[in-house]
Amino acid sequence: MKAEIGKNGWLALLYHTFFVIFIVAPLIVVALVSFTDKDYISLPFDGASFRWFVAILNTPDIIDAFWLSIWLGLGSATIASALALPGAIAIARHRFRGRETLTAFLMSPLMIPHIVMGVAFLRFFSLAGWSGSFTALMLTHAVIVLPYSLRLTLAALIGMDRDAEMAAMSLGASRLTTFRRVLLPLIMPGVAGGWMLAFIQSFDEVTMTIFVATPGTTTLPVAIYHRISQITDPLVASISTVLIVGTLILMVLLDRVVGLDRVLIGKK
Amino acid sequence: MADVLAPRPSTPWVLSSPALLLFIGILLVPLGLTALLSFNVFDGMRGIQPSYTLHNYVEILTDSYYHQIFIRTGLMALGVTALCVLLGVPETLILARMQAPWRGLFLVVILGPLLISVVVRTLGWSILLGSQGMVNTALQRLGIVDEPVRFLFSMLGVVIALTHVFVPFMVIAVWSALQKLDPQVEHAGRSLGATASTSFRRVVFPQLLPGVLSGSIIVFALAASAFATPSIIGGRRVKVVATATYDEFLNSMNWPLGAAIAVLLLIANVVIIVGCNRMLERRFKQVFAS
Repeated sequence: MKAEIGKNGWLALLYHTFFVIFIVAPLIVVALVSFTDKDYISLPFDGASFRWFVAILNTPDIIDAFWLSIWLGLGSATIASALALPGAIAIARHRFRGRETLTAFLMSPLMIPHIVMGVAFLRFFSLAGWSGSFTALMLTHAVIVLPYSLRLTLAALIGMDRDAEMAAMSLGASRLTTFRRVLLPLIMPGVAGGWMLAFIQSFDEVTMTIFVATPGTTTLPVAIYHRISQITDPLVASISTVLIVGTLILMVLLDRVVGLDRVLIGKK
Repeated sequence: MADVLAPRPSTPWVLSSPALLLFIGILLVPLGLTALLSFNVFDGMRGIQPSYTLHNYVEILTDSYYHQIFIRTGLMALGVTALCVLLGVPETLILARMQAPWRGLFLVVILGPLLISVVVRTLGWSILLGSQGMVNTALQRLGIVDEPVRFLFSMLGVVIALTHVFVPFMVIAVWSALQKLDPQVEHAGRSLGATASTSFRRVVFPQLLPGVLSGSIIVFALAASAFATPSIIGGRRVKVVATATYDEFLNSMNWPLGAAIAVLLLIANVVIIVGCNRMLERRFKQVFAS
């Protein structure tokens, strides 16, 4: 008898189990060791405590870096979304010379290695005298995360039904009113999803930021990177655990707003 | 197309001008300055000189030390890409065959880590792969090895961790290709008497190939320029292009040389991505057209 189409055999399920273990193991192990009561990295089965989570609160440079990353993410995601929205309308609604080039240019940060951007921004900042400027760092993050915001906003614009817009216009609504009352609410899930994805990308960025971060503008991933390069202690694990949990919460939110599959895969 | 927002031809440029200005000021100008910097003369005592030379490029292109770094980076990226294909493609096929609640759940479990900081994921591997780590403990208990395997500060560990970081991109690429595939075609192949393996080999796989290849391009490009993972897991023993650039900039302070490495990395990256995509589109025109 032929094997059934569209069913996984036990071998496939075994493979799947190993694959899922491979994917989640590093995250689970980080979460586990952060509950140890020892001074070194070890599993918490012979003594668990919250002491390494309490220790985060007594590490001011980590707390500062955390808030800096939050503000940086909020600022750059907002700038990126605000600029990506009109850009996306231009690309989705107009046929003009240079449209493809414009799209490729605005998407290009996805193709440029972050290490190259780090080098470029370091040089630029030192020439412009912007080293240590939070605003400058925020603008560079806005450039890096704009493609994510643009992609989701574009998808929302292309996927939407234009009948409501036509109806509003034919009933005498002005262009601004139509935009504000009809278009914007319709594409809001895409814009919001793009904003959240942009925030996460900014919050996680390390390779570029490490070049331009100064003691006053050290983001959380950069602070963790520098800590891990020197010592791997349970404190970096507990900080990482907080980050993992935070990301999980954001993922649930993202799923509610736009649907995670759409954010992660790009289309349904 | 009737346009609701405005019919004037300048409108799209007005709409995109804020983003365009930001990108020109904060992306194009810095990249241009970096290209310029890569031609600057560097003096160990006096720093960057205002005169220009090809010396930085000549040094990288002729010094075997840099050849080694570029070759090592290429091999690392190839290894990661191969592992991502080997692991990711079968897993995506398994995912596609799953039923409703499980499919969505495992898709999130596998793709979700993309949203978690790469530094955190790398920390997980550095804990797992240590000489006293869980992987070595398990390998020794199972009697597979006698001595702990050296994963940390070795290429092996870097490739394993990078595969974990990038395999979701492969799953996404193959998944997208699968969505375009009509399941009826597989049924047709089977009903005409093909065995499961023949129908996979002759019917399903050829249609997946563009997805596998475009996933490979993405993974290769990302792996070749990865920084945090090779730096944390590989340390100074496994120097790759990205970590070498970092060292030139922040340790040796030879910015022109570091800029030249970065420019070469960018050129290699663009050539590989654009070149492979062109080749893919030509080779699989009929697949992309459908």
